[in-house]
Amino acid sequence: MSASVTSATAAGAAVFPEKSYLDDGTTVRSWLLTHDHKRIAILYLVSVLIALFLGGIFAMVIRLELLTPGPTIIEALTYNRMFTLHGLVMIFMFMIPAIPGVFGNFFLPIMLGAKDVAFPKWNLTSWYVYLAGSSLMLWGLITGGADTGWTFYAPYSTTTSTNIAPVLIGVFVIGFSSILTGLNFIVTIHTLRAPGVTWFKMPLFVWAIYATSIIQVLATPVIGLTALLVAAEHTFGFGFFDPARGGDPILFQHLFWFYSHPAVYIMVLPAMGVISEAICAYARKNIFGYKMIAMSSLGIAFVGFFAWGHHLFTSGQSAFDAGAFGAISMLVGVFTAIKVFNWVGTLYKGSIAFTAPFAYICGFLFFLVFGGMTGVALATVSLDVHWQDTYFVVAHFHFIMVGAVIMAFLTALHYWFPKMFGRKYPENWALLAAGLIVLGFNATFIPQFLLGNAGMPRRYYEYPERFTALNVASTAGASLLAFGFVIIAIYLAIALRYGEVAGRNPWGSRGYEWDVPSPPPTENFDKVPVFTRGPHEYSDIPEELAKVGHGS
Amino acid sequence: MNELLRRMLFLPEQASTFAQDVDHLHYFVIIVTMVSSAAVGLVALGFFWKYRRRSEDQTTPFVAPTAIFEVLAVSVPLAFFLAWFAIGFRDFVKLSSPPPDAMDVYVMGKQWMWKFAYPDGPSSVGVLHVPANRPVRLLITSRDVIHSVFIPAFRVKMDAQPGRYTETWFTATKPGRYQILCTEYCGAQHSKMWGEVVVMAPEAFDEWIKEQQRGLVARADVLADESQVSIQGSLAQWGKQVAVAQGCLRCHNVSGTESATGPSWVDLYQQPTRLADGREIIADEAYLTESMMEPNVKIVAGYQPLMPNYQGKISGPEAAALVEYIKSLRSDRTQQATGGEE
Repeated sequence: MSASVTSATAAGAAVFPEKSYLDDGTTVRSWLLTHDHKRIAILYLVSVLIALFLGGIFAMVIRLELLTPGPTIIEALTYNRMFTLHGLVMIFMFMIPAIPGVFGNFFLPIMLGAKDVAFPKWNLTSWYVYLAGSSLMLWGLITGGADTGWTFYAPYSTTTSTNIAPVLIGVFVIGFSSILTGLNFIVTIHTLRAPGVTWFKMPLFVWAIYATSIIQVLATPVIGLTALLVAAEHTFGFGFFDPARGGDPILFQHLFWFYSHPAVYIMVLPAMGVISEAICAYARKNIFGYKMIAMSSLGIAFVGFFAWGHHLFTSGQSAFDAGAFGAISMLVGVFTAIKVFNWVGTLYKGSIAFTAPFAYICGFLFFLVFGGMTGVALATVSLDVHWQDTYFVVAHFHFIMVGAVIMAFLTALHYWFPKMFGRKYPENWALLAAGLIVLGFNATFIPQFLLGNAGMPRRYYEYPERFTALNVASTAGASLLAFGFVIIAIYLAIALRYGEVAGRNPWGSRGYEWDVPSPPPTENFDKVPVFTRGPHEYSDIPEELAKVGHGS
Repeated sequence: MNELLRRMLFLPEQASTFAQDVDHLHYFVIIVTMVSSAAVGLVALGFFWKYRRRSEDQTTPFVAPTAIFEVLAVSVPLAFFLAWFAIGFRDFVKLSSPPPDAMDVYVMGKQWMWKFAYPDGPSSVGVLHVPANRPVRLLITSRDVIHSVFIPAFRVKMDAQPGRYTETWFTATKPGRYQILCTEYCGAQHSKMWGEVVVMAPEAFDEWIKEQQRGLVARADVLADESQVSIQGSLAQWGKQVAVAQGCLRCHNVSGTESATGPSWVDLYQQPTRLADGREIIADEAYLTESMMEPNVKIVAGYQPLMPNYQGKISGPEAAALVEYIKSLRSDRTQQATGGEE
């Protein structure tokens, strides 16, 4: 226990620190040229929230169009552009950078007891690269009207009359941002751990980010290469993928999924890390099976590299290959199950406070189990034949991407909001929004599983009449979901300025990041901290720490 | 039980032997999935109730998993997954190995229609005739981009790749009509690339194919006669048949209403038409023919360059017949115009 915690909380009512990273220069220039990992995290937060907003708008347009079987509000080509926009913006501009870029940047150094990441200038560079790549991609999408879907399947993508080269080059550029962040985190974790933070005393969020970074560094070059090949084929007529020019369309699918399958774990592993942190704080309980959770992150990162072929079960792949990829994919399910059992085990004999983040954690657990097990069902080769490229797949990956990842993003946003901005959010509004989001999410995507069962293919602008009822249900659910997000945006914006001052540790969490003031000073720690406890230990709550419970 | 679960899960009817096998595994997997996600949710809620925070300074004991828990956490999911895998892989191998006595049908996808051809019989667009209770192998390819043949009632799907053949097979069990959908995104009309399987009683199918073959012979005689035009009726009528066979009417309508994909053919002939590049041309015979052979040279304003190139795919006389058909579509002769729809 560091002495600073005792002194701050002993003072009674929480006071907003006089000086924090937020006051260290208030000009736009001071933000845009900062090397402070916390300020870079805020830059990322602003940009990923813009991306989430845009992606959400595109999603709502898609859902509105699908309200009726025929044309509803837009034309077929606009619709095709809309799901391309939705996929690319959500994946490359929101999902991949969201948790590592925002919460990884902000908390990883603090959790290790470091002043900053290993390479602060690279860190800023990676944000600018992300901004440049995203702008190029968006500009390309809007002016060129790419209609290929985010999967860019050749030879449709290499022969489409729309201009997709800027989009692909944008994807290529964003990849560098991902690689820079990943390398930076790996080096930081290896070299900047404070005394006492041994590998197995690292917070589990750090383990998750570590596994994620390995995937980012190893897999991202492949998507960069693939995007360039498609751009070259589309622009100059090379024959890499189009059989009419001597190419092979299956080669594209292997290259694309070699990145894009592990990319799922780039999005999900950090989300799992967030849950491991937050569930301990709200259950006030040591994590059940620390090593199992830490090692299963590495396990997922490893086997995730060898599962890509399950996207090709109906492409004419041999039965042997399909079986091998199917079996390997199931191992991801085993590692995920280990994590789930350990999270539930953490609640056992705990002291659970029901807060909005805890509601998101419950949502996360359900969505991850259902989404994950439908993933195993899809890996069961014979079942996949019917489901491949139907709404069942759409529902499955939205359960993981929206269900798990966005629940974790919202958990993180609420759990760490007091630390990042020094103020509390209004708990009742947050619970209301959490209820709406969990409910709206189920109402949006459970009908899509059934649509997939009924045989509705994905990327359908019009659909046979018999699918109408389920589509209407899904659209209704989506509006509930959108409404929840609007509430969050409003109360968080108000809380930023008018929220109750949070104090150093409003949750009574034992995570290392709660030892520093909220919001933290630019240097994080006045001297190199020494951590004597583990990050998830709750058997000896100091009295003064317990009294500052949230809402009390 | 089967019927109840099928309806609860919104699965289409089971019209092939494979559909019945695969649905049983489906029930097994989905029930386990639902039970275990509900169990995780309920256990979490139960713990939440039992271990809710009672005082702000509460501490909790350190609890770590036992070795038995660790073993069970790995082995129970793994056991279920392996069981599913074993059954699923067995069925998949069956689906990947068509029986040697299967009847072959060639399937070709192109933007945005399906073409079916029998090795020594007729070919058709959009409708696939097959006998019930006999294995049928589909040999699938594509002429442009990737498509995917999906027959939900048979639980069968296979991508149509350009430049190679893929195969799948089924044994239909119930005579009837079943929808074919395209499940690989292939452009503007992807969601309308539908077809139909007509499953016939085996004897009825044998009759049908014989009749189709007689038709072919008759047509071959006609070709030898070099008098095809008169046999086909008027040139405009023949044009109508070509339009149907080539799938023109999927994008160009002949009812006079506006169409999103291609310009309407009604009153098109001799009409002043504005192009996407601002030029204005008269839709004469030369323009109409050019639009079939090199469709992307002159794009009508407000439309996308989507039309496939028909150079080499329709013959000179067929192109002439199409032009005559378009010329005959006049809204002041509504009778004939609406009669043009099949």
